[in-house]
Amino acid sequence: MENHKQQMKKYWRQNIRTVLILLSIWFLVSFGFGILLAEPLNAIKIGGYKLGFWFAQQGSIFTFVVLIFVYVYKMNKLDEAFDVNEK
Amino acid sequence: MDILTWTYILVGLSFALYIGIAIYTRASSTKEFYTAGGGVSPLANGMATAADWMSAASFISMAGIIAFSGYDGSVYLMGWTGGYVLLALLLAPYLRKFGKFTVPDFVGDRYYSNKARVVAVFCALFISFTYVAGQMRGVGIVFSRYLEVDIETGVLIGMTIVFFYAVMGGMKGITYTQVAQYCVLIFAFMVPAIFISIQLTGNPIPQLGLGGTVQDGTYLLDKLDGILADLGFHQYTAGRKSLTDMFAITLALMVGTAGLPHVIVRFFTVPRVRDARLSAGYALVFIAILYTTAPAVAAFGIYNAIDTVAGQPVDNLPDWVENWQKTNLIVVEDKNNDGLVQYLANPESNELTVDKDIMVLAAPEIAELPNWVVGLVAAGGMAAALSTAAGLLLVISTSVSRDLFRTFVPAMTEKTELIIARMAAAVAVIIAGYFGINPPGFVAEVVAFAFGLAAASFFPVIIMGIFSTRMNKEGAIAGMISGLVFTLGYIIYFKFIHPEANNMDNWWFGISPEGIGSLGMLINFLACFVVSKFTPDPPEHVQEMIQDIRIPRGAGKAQDH
Repeated sequence: MENHKQQMKKYWRQNIRTVLILLSIWFLVSFGFGILLAEPLNAIKIGGYKLGFWFAQQGSIFTFVVLIFVYVYKMNKLDEAFDVNEK
Repeated sequence: MDILTWTYILVGLSFALYIGIAIYTRASSTKEFYTAGGGVSPLANGMATAADWMSAASFISMAGIIAFSGYDGSVYLMGWTGGYVLLALLLAPYLRKFGKFTVPDFVGDRYYSNKARVVAVFCALFISFTYVAGQMRGVGIVFSRYLEVDIETGVLIGMTIVFFYAVMGGMKGITYTQVAQYCVLIFAFMVPAIFISIQLTGNPIPQLGLGGTVQDGTYLLDKLDGILADLGFHQYTAGRKSLTDMFAITLALMVGTAGLPHVIVRFFTVPRVRDARLSAGYALVFIAILYTTAPAVAAFGIYNAIDTVAGQPVDNLPDWVENWQKTNLIVVEDKNNDGLVQYLANPESNELTVDKDIMVLAAPEIAELPNWVVGLVAAGGMAAALSTAAGLLLVISTSVSRDLFRTFVPAMTEKTELIIARMAAAVAVIIAGYFGINPPGFVAEVVAFAFGLAAASFFPVIIMGIFSTRMNKEGAIAGMISGLVFTLGYIIYFKFIHPEANNMDNWWFGISPEGIGSLGMLINFLACFVVSKFTPDPPEHVQEMIQDIRIPRGAGKAQDH
């Protein structure tokens, strides 16, 4: 039982770590690239897009989608590893 | 066939479809009424969430807002999509595992307090009512514009339709009608966008077209920056809002999205925790299709408007301008009588006024698409407004029947509860309809603030409820009330008491009322922390419950008590 509790603590810590990593990327692409650093990034151009503007209106949204699917994949793995997945 | 006939046919067909689905899937138990029986597939729930989420404002107005504000409009794009990351990573899986029906359910159980539950019900009702009044108005406007009836008649027709499937079908009926509504609205949004993109940039994908070149070989965005600067406007790709305000508004919208009860409850309808996570991903994909296209529609629209109207002779304007002048959505006024249309930043000499809604509404005509496409856009706008209104009405009826009646009359039978839920939905439809017909002047403004209030009330309390085993009822109640009162106070002060003082010099830390929810959220968190430090720990069984919701295994379908 004690062992099980330890395991669950470990599961929760790894869960938190995954979430924190993904949320820092979430913050970086939107608040970072899209807002705070948008002006310097606008000096770089990709096709017709200024990079800061692209992150604010396109790039951040694409990244958000990818982040959720990475989270789904990582969590399904983690659930399996700790044997807490749903049958 | 003319536009009006096509509109009647397409809107009529789509309504018949929604009502058909509602009859086929009507709810027979409270579980079906609240959470569609908990058996919705993640993909279907993702689509339903997207339709629930994208309102008439997203469909009709957002592209126009971006067209006239350029880079500053990004707050809506990032704010209304980024919230789904928070929802997927921090809320949806745990609330699904918790396995009850509503947000106040969670707050009440987690904080072992009916006081906390009632505060949560109050927040949920307040947010949902302000939001739904705006939707009903949207329904009325779309009807009156396309079907050429009065706004009042439009609202009444909309009320009847929503009444029918929200009251009959409950969550089950709403879910499957929303799936159909998503398909209608996304098709209606994409068809004109794709054709305009081809016309203007030669690229069929609007997201790429926005970064593409126009006929003379220069990049669209560069050209737009140049034209706007020449006319005395701000550059399209540069911001006017301060960094702090951009930051605060984006954060308030993101967190508010994650705290909106009608969005959260959608994740109670899937069978498993892993489905809740996946479903949030699908929802964002479906939302992102529209949200990444909207900035393209915005830039194409403003470019087209300037290119085809500005500087042209007043008596030789394109057909779509003539058509929409009748509705006063475009106003051309030759002030200096030179026979040409001047579009200028200076309001004194500007001769062209374009309503923001025109960017989407007139898109099919600008692209010279056949009449049926106009009818399609009308059906799409209706779908967007109706699906959101229905989702909100469900939250209102659930809050009343379950969170209030069930809590204080626990002996009530399921059948009685279902009748009360349906009656509450019916009353809510009538109140919403009343506000739709007689909108209080502030409805449009208040809708944006529903997000600030959701951010400042629900979000911190739910997050702490999951991620802290230490957080207790005293902290939660203090947090919700202080966050809500602060945010509401700030908004009321600047919007209603001293609207003349509503400018950057008077704002706290340069944060506008739109963004103040972020500060309210921090205050909520702070109050939670401080108060919980000086009050007793939550009881043992609550701490066990928190451990339990953190682990996916063992999530049954949404449970009654």
